[in-house]
Amino acid sequence: MSGLDVLFCAVALVTAGSALLSVTSRQVLHAALWLVVTLGGLAGCYLVLGAELVALVQLLVYVGAVVVLVLFALMLTRSGGVPVVTTVPQRVAAGLVGAGTTVVLGGALLSAFGWRSVPVDGASNEQVAATIFGTDVWPFELLSVLLLIALVAAVAVARAPVGGQDDPSQRPDTPPEIEAVQGDAS
Amino acid sequence: MIRPALPYLLVALLAGLGAYGILARRHAVLVLIGVELLLGAAGLLLVTVAQTGAGGDAGPAVLTLFVITIAAAEVVVALAVLLALYRARGHVDLHAELDDRPRGGEVGDRA
Repeated sequence: MSGLDVLFCAVALVTAGSALLSVTSRQVLHAALWLVVTLGGLAGCYLVLGAELVALVQLLVYVGAVVVLVLFALMLTRSGGVPVVTTVPQRVAAGLVGAGTTVVLGGALLSAFGWRSVPVDGASNEQVAATIFGTDVWPFELLSVLLLIALVAAVAVARAPVGGQDDPSQRPDTPPEIEAVQGDAS
Repeated sequence: MIRPALPYLLVALLAGLGAYGILARRHAVLVLIGVELLLGAAGLLLVTVAQTGAGGDAGPAVLTLFVITIAAAEVVVALAVLLALYRARGHVDLHAELDDRPRGGEVGDRA
């Protein structure tokens, strides 16, 4: 076991433990906060593996943006008393499926790559930058269009009328003339 | 020197936990957390291949960045759908009866 192996084992234990807690916690908010630890631990794994740029992007995008979005969604959809977990038979079946996924995937990867040590020889940040802005520049530009489309689609979906019926009182911000009409009716 | 078997084991563990989280939860946000774990497993697999098996090729690292970006867009749309679901039905319980639409029924009555 080299120093990198020991370091990776420590970070991997934190990541796996917090992932386990985030899928078993009964409190929705606690699960979301354990997800923060898991994604931060994944960034640590990337750092140990020597991919600094990917680790920083993971921290920026996931811990910075995605988790904040999840916490906002939790606040906006607060509904007390909703059961969080399914029935015991379904949880047992889900556990069997999860364990089967782990065994099959781990067995396939270990049998393919073995247990030997290899040197860390990833691409340098200069090579990554040259690939992004050279070979992959058009996918990179398409990604910005994809993010714009996702933003517009999210606004459109979140403001859509409820149940497919255009009832103005169901909109998030009721126009002033609708309020005036309702005031006259009452 | 590092053993790639350790990251691969973590990939398998995270994928299994993500699959369990998707199947065993009925709160929509928690199902989404399982999806995030699966995407994290895919990213770790890509990074491990990039750093130990690609021979200095920058392709897997760039692909990981693209996966992270697309996952962010996916989460944005998924949470918007979730908010629309909450406004239509008053809860985000994915195992509730499909016809249980109290607020939707009121809208239909008033219309």
